[in-house]
Amino acid sequence: MIFPANSPPPTPPRVVVTGAGIITAFGLGWKPNAEGFRAGRTTFRPVSRFDVSRHRAKMASELDLPAALPPTHLRARQAARLDRAGAALLLATGEAWRQAGWEPADNVPFVLGTTGGAMSLGEDYFRQAVQTPLQHRRQPTRALHYQAQVQARTVMDAFGSAGPITILSNACASGSNAIGHAWDLIRGGHAECVLAGGYDTVSELVFSGFDSLQALSTTVCRPFDAQRDGLALGEGAGVLALETLDHARRRDALILGELIGYGVASDGHHLTQPHPEGNAAWAVMQQACGAARVTPEEVDYVNAHGTGTPLNDSSEALAIGRWAGPRAATLPVSSTKAGIGHLLGAAGAVEAVVCLMVLREQWLPPETTFRTPDPACRFPIVSQPQDARVNIALSNSFGFGGVNAALLFRRWT
Amino acid sequence: MDLSRIFVSGMGAVSPAGWNVAALRLALEQGTPLPIQPLPRPGWEKSLRARLVPQPLHRPAFLAHPRVRRASPITHYAASAALEAAAPLRAAQEGVRRWGVIVCLQSGCIQYSCRFFDEALKDPATASPLLFPETVYGAPASHVAALWENVCLVYTVLGDSSAFLQGVAMGVQWLDEHRVDACIVIGAEENHWLLADALWHLEHSAVISNGAGALCLCREPKRSAGVELAAITDAHPYSARQSRSQAAQTMRRQLGAGSALELLCDGLGDSPRADAPEAAAWRDWAGPRLSPKRIMGEGLMATAAWQCVAACEALARGRFQAANVSVVGANQQAIGVRFIHNDPASTQRFAAPDAQQNSP
Repeated sequence: MIFPANSPPPTPPRVVVTGAGIITAFGLGWKPNAEGFRAGRTTFRPVSRFDVSRHRAKMASELDLPAALPPTHLRARQAARLDRAGAALLLATGEAWRQAGWEPADNVPFVLGTTGGAMSLGEDYFRQAVQTPLQHRRQPTRALHYQAQVQARTVMDAFGSAGPITILSNACASGSNAIGHAWDLIRGGHAECVLAGGYDTVSELVFSGFDSLQALSTTVCRPFDAQRDGLALGEGAGVLALETLDHARRRDALILGELIGYGVASDGHHLTQPHPEGNAAWAVMQQACGAARVTPEEVDYVNAHGTGTPLNDSSEALAIGRWAGPRAATLPVSSTKAGIGHLLGAAGAVEAVVCLMVLREQWLPPETTFRTPDPACRFPIVSQPQDARVNIALSNSFGFGGVNAALLFRRWT
Repeated sequence: MDLSRIFVSGMGAVSPAGWNVAALRLALEQGTPLPIQPLPRPGWEKSLRARLVPQPLHRPAFLAHPRVRRASPITHYAASAALEAAAPLRAAQEGVRRWGVIVCLQSGCIQYSCRFFDEALKDPATASPLLFPETVYGAPASHVAALWENVCLVYTVLGDSSAFLQGVAMGVQWLDEHRVDACIVIGAEENHWLLADALWHLEHSAVISNGAGALCLCREPKRSAGVELAAITDAHPYSARQSRSQAAQTMRRQLGAGSALELLCDGLGDSPRADAPEAAAWRDWAGPRLSPKRIMGEGLMATAAWQCVAACEALARGRFQAANVSVVGANQQAIGVRFIHNDPASTQRFAAPDAQQNSP
């Protein structure tokens, strides 16, 4: 029973990461992504999925999906029903699942964040319904598989798992919230293992939406740069296999890192604008560090939300400065959105995987597009590839509507 | 204060029956399906069928708030239900320093999504920037939270109707861990011809509906409306290994046999094929039964919320000792919840035949 639940453990268990799946425009899997982030490469190209000739912005960071999905428990027909976002989710989940070494019979809960799910199917449904209203072919399939929980179920079926599915949609904080919720479930004794992450792909509606808000960069995405002019959209998925330390040790699993803190707060300032002083952003960094009993002096790297929009970056810069205090002067900060764009519901999850890469491989991901610091930045922006000693890394994610989240990871040695 | 006990301090509803719980209750007690309205479908001669939320008799005061003035109907429904559910606690003006808000959606903000996408397809250069933010799933939760001053946690949960009970479970966890002092859990949907069209493609006989339902959860017995949460079953997902029928049966077994004096609030509607797994799981139920979907129509996430609101409302009035809510979602999972009446002073008991008016 979910309620009444078993008594929570007297001491919350430690939560470790034993699998990390990632797909971005850098490619599928840890290696190509680690290489791309470490070098600070950028992946933007003209949008190919739909016509952007009448939009202000023309570029995005698009996935190159493999021609065929790898073999799973899915029948060919089931796999064919996955749209682009579902395919990305399946690929990232597969990597995390295999790395964790979980068995198909393990009914692990699946907690996902997304803002659009299979939005492209919804768009196809709309177009056909409006343009050829008497044509019904494929509409029932679209109506069903458009729903995020159906995509998640299909992905769980692919790996032979039948765990409960939870879908969170807290805008751009969704991926971090999903991982944070998984952390809550494990620490509260509700589960020993949870698969958690986020996924999103670029859709015409969302691209047009950010374009209409004039939030998309028409030049180069440059988070925290004084000349920044907006964000760039990207697509991808990130999935983590999380479990208690005891469970991982019993299985002799390879541990990629430890999730030691999660903060979540709401900022009701505005539907699309952050509080100018970043109050909720400050609160989630405080919470995450408080949960981990870590001070800002012990944090070695911050993967900022850093969208590249004037409003987000200035408020986040103020919040980081306020939270870090004197540590800010030497605290390395960067936004990997400079390389792969803003992945919306996937952003927090993919950036969590980036933090694990940083912790395991001991380098900092640079923003090679960064030139002139915004005066609000009291911290150094990592702008060149560099090795570094990183023991603790913080990842920020802030969403439309005011949900803010922070995840804190520790290196596993 | 008992940390392991959770109470319902209030309920709220917006439905085709009207803008409060009383209207929902009245319609369910009458047991007659509400009138079906034609919903024009562009490009078709024949209209789709719907049961729509009527205009409110009086303009709700919260519509004066700048955050919700331009918001879509789903936000208005969610806000109205949330405010009604929270009214007793807010009136008490003590003990609630930190609120949690959880909004559960299946279809979400479809009206503004369709309007914005239509504009974007015609000419993206003139698509309204005011519309786009309202298309985001998290918009209703953000707006509802803005109506409160001390909201610290806000989540939006997606899924089929069963996700409403996941939202309740999440609220319980927040309360149990003392992260919030009270939590509003809302299930809401709004109508649009495209949604009715999609439902028509999946279930020809279903009648689309819309609205919202909300429960206000708290830890303090003294704040209870006379309803205590007794159990939430595990979520029983549908998978290659577990059919929808099997999941419904397992959920039923976890909820227990119940007694003839308990209420069952089920999710049965007018779609024999879709209803079959749930109907089979509860075939032997001998007690009184309410089926809000038969009266209100297919309200997706709102349906599960109405089921819970109806169950809690009946308990709050002392008409039953216990009420079971069965949610066998369309494509995700089956999950059930059991509420009990928690006011030992009450001697009123429900006369079973009244509730059987809309029994199958």
